[in-house]
Amino acid sequence: MPDHPSTPDPVPEPATGPATGSGSGPVRHTEPVHDRRETSRTSARSGREVLLTALRRRPGRGQTVAGVLLALLGFAAAVQVNAVNSDTPYAGTRRDDLVQLLQTLSAAQDRSSRQLAELRATRDSLVASTDQRAAALEEAQAQLEAVQVLAGTVGVAGPGVVITIDDPTDSVSSLELLNAIQELRDAGAEAIEINDTARVVAQTAVGDGTSLSDGRLTVGSETVTAPYVIEAIGNPDTLSAAVAFRGGLTDDVEVVGGTVTVDTPDEVRITSLAPEAETDFVQPST
Amino acid sequence: MIALLGLVVGVVAGLFFEPSVPVALQPYLPIAVVAALDATFGAFRALLDDIFDEKVFVVSFVSNVLVAGLIVYLGDQLGVGSQLSTGVVVVLGIRIFSNAAAIRRHLLHA
Repeated sequence: MPDHPSTPDPVPEPATGPATGSGSGPVRHTEPVHDRRETSRTSARSGREVLLTALRRRPGRGQTVAGVLLALLGFAAAVQVNAVNSDTPYAGTRRDDLVQLLQTLSAAQDRSSRQLAELRATRDSLVASTDQRAAALEEAQAQLEAVQVLAGTVGVAGPGVVITIDDPTDSVSSLELLNAIQELRDAGAEAIEINDTARVVAQTAVGDGTSLSDGRLTVGSETVTAPYVIEAIGNPDTLSAAVAFRGGLTDDVEVVGGTVTVDTPDEVRITSLAPEAETDFVQPST
Repeated sequence: MIALLGLVVGVVAGLFFEPSVPVALQPYLPIAVVAALDATFGAFRALLDDIFDEKVFVVSFVSNVLVAGLIVYLGDQLGVGSQLSTGVVVVLGIRIFSNAAAIRRHLLHA
């Protein structure tokens, strides 16, 4: 604010001129002031003296009116301050401002609910993909078990038959054994083992050993000797029927002088494992 | 002296009774208070200038309040209420500042 600190009491102040020019208390006195101020300056009443005089002045009607007005002012100011500081912060807010506030808030709410919906969708898709992964994992696990059973790389157990071929004359050859394996497979045997040592899988070959009729046969890489005990897991009834039917394994073996016993225990355990199959040449064709 | 007493009494009464502002007066009360403050500062300055007149004070006080309220009302009707209130507060604030400067010169000679 333009100010004249060095001049002690300039009378017609340009800085305060506009302030008194438009309708407040001293306005009407602006014109008469000049003359009186010129004289009052000679009488040299300072502001403090005037103030003290005013404070000591005897109460009159005008003073009372001024006091009432000031009381009104103080009352209104206190009320307004209270209203602004009250618990409801928007009580004194203008309607336009309230409308704008409301619009801002509802826009913010829209934004928030959109974000909420997006996040929910993300969460749902993540949960779904987790479920899918779990299902795929379970599927893969089941396939792995089935393939392991087929490849003979795990021990298995289940209902089935135990076929014992006694061969006192050492005349059972690979032909009869292969026949027996084929019959069992035909009847739906899921896992076959011979003499607790040789697991019969897809790659297993059956041979006659070094010489015919020495009571030794080869099954895969294992050598088996009589009596040959064939354990097979599958439906026991079907398997035993496949062994016993006319012209089947029992007849074949009895022709060459052996005997066949079929036993159906509650549980057949196959513990021997086939050697890990390694593939050098074969590749999956697409 | 009575004026000072009145001011104190008004403030105490406002704080003591804690009346709620009527809804119709809510937009006008703050502006009215500022306008009355302006009139009061003008009166105080006039007092220090040794030209104080109670009648002028009363008239200027009332008319200040009424004009301020009228301007705000007009602004509300025209849809520029908040801007116009801001303008009124700025103008009255400037006047209060210049009056305060004059009062300061009188009392402190600085």
